[in-house]
Amino acid sequence: MAAKVASAKVIAAISGRIGHGGTNLPGRAVLVVDKGMIARSAAGFARGSVLVSATNGKTTTCAMIASILERQQLEVTRNREGANLAAGVASALLRDASMVGRPQADVGLFEVDEAAFPEVALQSRPRIALLMNLFRDQLDRYGELEHIAGLWRAALGSMSPDTLTVLNADDPLVAAMASIRPRKTLFFGIEDTSAGSSVMQHASDSKYCTVCGNPFDYEAIFVGHMGKYHCRQCGNSRPSPTVYADQVKLDGMRGSSFSLVTSAGSIRIHISLPGLYNLYNALAAAAVGVAMGIDLQVISAGLSRFSAAFGRVEQLSIGGKRVLLMLVKNPAGFNEVIRTLTIEPGPKTLMLALNDRIADGRDISWIWDVDMEQLADSIGYAVCSGTRAWEMAMRLKYAGVADACLVVETDLRQALLSALERTRDDEMLYVLPTYTAMLALRQEISQHFETERELRDLVWK
Amino acid sequence: MEMRIAHLYPNLLNIYADRGNIIALRQRCLWRGIEVRVDEFTIGDEPDWGEYNFFYISGGQDREQNLVCRDLSLKGDGLKDAVEADAVLLSICGGYQLLGDYYRAIDGGTMAGIGLFHAHTLAGRKRLIGNVVIESRLGDRSVILAGFENHAGRTYLDSGQQPLGRVKTGNGNNSEDGGEGIVYRNAFGTYMHGPLLPKNTAFTDFLIRKALEHHHGGDVRLEPLDDSVEEEARAVALRLQR
Repeated sequence: MAAKVASAKVIAAISGRIGHGGTNLPGRAVLVVDKGMIARSAAGFARGSVLVSATNGKTTTCAMIASILERQQLEVTRNREGANLAAGVASALLRDASMVGRPQADVGLFEVDEAAFPEVALQSRPRIALLMNLFRDQLDRYGELEHIAGLWRAALGSMSPDTLTVLNADDPLVAAMASIRPRKTLFFGIEDTSAGSSVMQHASDSKYCTVCGNPFDYEAIFVGHMGKYHCRQCGNSRPSPTVYADQVKLDGMRGSSFSLVTSAGSIRIHISLPGLYNLYNALAAAAVGVAMGIDLQVISAGLSRFSAAFGRVEQLSIGGKRVLLMLVKNPAGFNEVIRTLTIEPGPKTLMLALNDRIADGRDISWIWDVDMEQLADSIGYAVCSGTRAWEMAMRLKYAGVADACLVVETDLRQALLSALERTRDDEMLYVLPTYTAMLALRQEISQHFETERELRDLVWK
Repeated sequence: MEMRIAHLYPNLLNIYADRGNIIALRQRCLWRGIEVRVDEFTIGDEPDWGEYNFFYISGGQDREQNLVCRDLSLKGDGLKDAVEADAVLLSICGGYQLLGDYYRAIDGGTMAGIGLFHAHTLAGRKRLIGNVVIESRLGDRSVILAGFENHAGRTYLDSGQQPLGRVKTGNGNNSEDGGEGIVYRNAFGTYMHGPLLPKNTAFTDFLIRKALEHHHGGDVRLEPLDDSVEEEARAVALRLQR
């Protein structure tokens, strides 16, 4: 067994060197020769493992949990972002394992792809499984929402009796999963109805009662279909969360604050990421902290010093101009970005980069479910880029953006240069890329940091 | 002139970015000064069928399609009469299946359709997913349409029924006979979303023209629009691999 781990560690070292980033390949290799590797290895964490799955917010939430755990002086083994299938988890275990395959960290913390959750959960026997939300994402990859929910239900049914599931009370489809293991569930949610709206966004899913199929009545809608809901027909309603956010204060692009209320007391939390969707991420991370018995002071400190997970929301300065990079990957997330953007008044300069590679979803229909009509009035100038730049331009045209405000530049670097040129010094450039466009864009920026004069002044904040 | 669109079950059947199709119809009318009304009908509603020159129905998830199936059986005659009177109907994916004779699930359970289209659908295990390009005849014109498909059902047309087009890229109705969609009078069924109408302007304008002719009679001529952005988007889609 030690030999298997050792040889896989060698693969990890080599593949890291030859530029695969060492993320999936070693894990895939070791799982071929040793199927029980995850189970055995994950069993060695003194404080157990935490699995995090969701359509939106996996990476950010994991980074927030890690920040809390580090504050608690716990060592964490994590999978790298995007490497969230079984192979990615195995790779992370390998990377941090001793030569005999024993984990050296206290806690395993893994973000897991929605469809891979059952397999990873079965193998890793987590102490905590955090399930945050289910949104319409990339139908071409995953099939329908109900299908994923079914996979999750089956996984919860066959999981170890010791696992605690941490569920979002505000997402009806997720909250309904509590019935599978009612005594091992902790709910989190937002209580402050003034933070929500009464209007549902277009692309909302699961707005029907999970018991009888009639439309839910919402007292408040926070993000997409997440809110305070009840069914007038059968009485099914949102469960009361034991960890919740109250007195929510949103402060535009600067972030938000809220009172975290738990059975152990309450504390004010400040986060520097914008929007209610990031508040949900922080709340979910806090719920995991509470479930692990971590002090509220430590949770608060861990969240307040946290800055965005790689690439999700990132502020940088290029040539003295402020640039805000915000990942967009599905209608719910995009709508939240729009909602946050339009809090700040005035016309804005935007760059939107739409790719249709497998990791983005090859079906780009979803951009039509985004409420672009609400963005249209805020657009002073928009550069559309990526493999499906023209489709994005067409979407904006049909949302009512004037031709004169629209430019198409398929090439990402050219598009960025052109957008920067149009950005005044006192203005912010908002860059909204899909996943692979974001990776490519970051690479462009860092490569041309040395070689390209225009981008020489790049400073990462 | 007025385009009167009845959007059927928009709250239940909306999984394929159907708003894009409605937005395209609406904008392309408004840009030409043609009035547009979109009314939404769901379970329990009874549209005044003669009021509308355009009907739209799409697909949803299994649970929602089951709910619709029961209700649609009550509306079937009204919709069929409207189509016989040459109103325009566009149905996508699940909506297309529900308008056929029946849908048979993997376990053999059968869901009756309203029989507006002479076709039936058999569930398959593997979903047919990917980019689609078809060659279609609209009136006397041949056009190339681009879209995206994502369906588990395999639809088979009765003999003598006309598909919407021949598949050049992708699977189409069943991945066997090379047909995609169906045409019956001014009623269309297709698996293509993406959404279909924004970038396939020839098809969109054809539907608008047929709908206006249905209510207003005679030959309607639509003012040409600047479609350069749409043409570029379509050109990119035509080059995509399956």
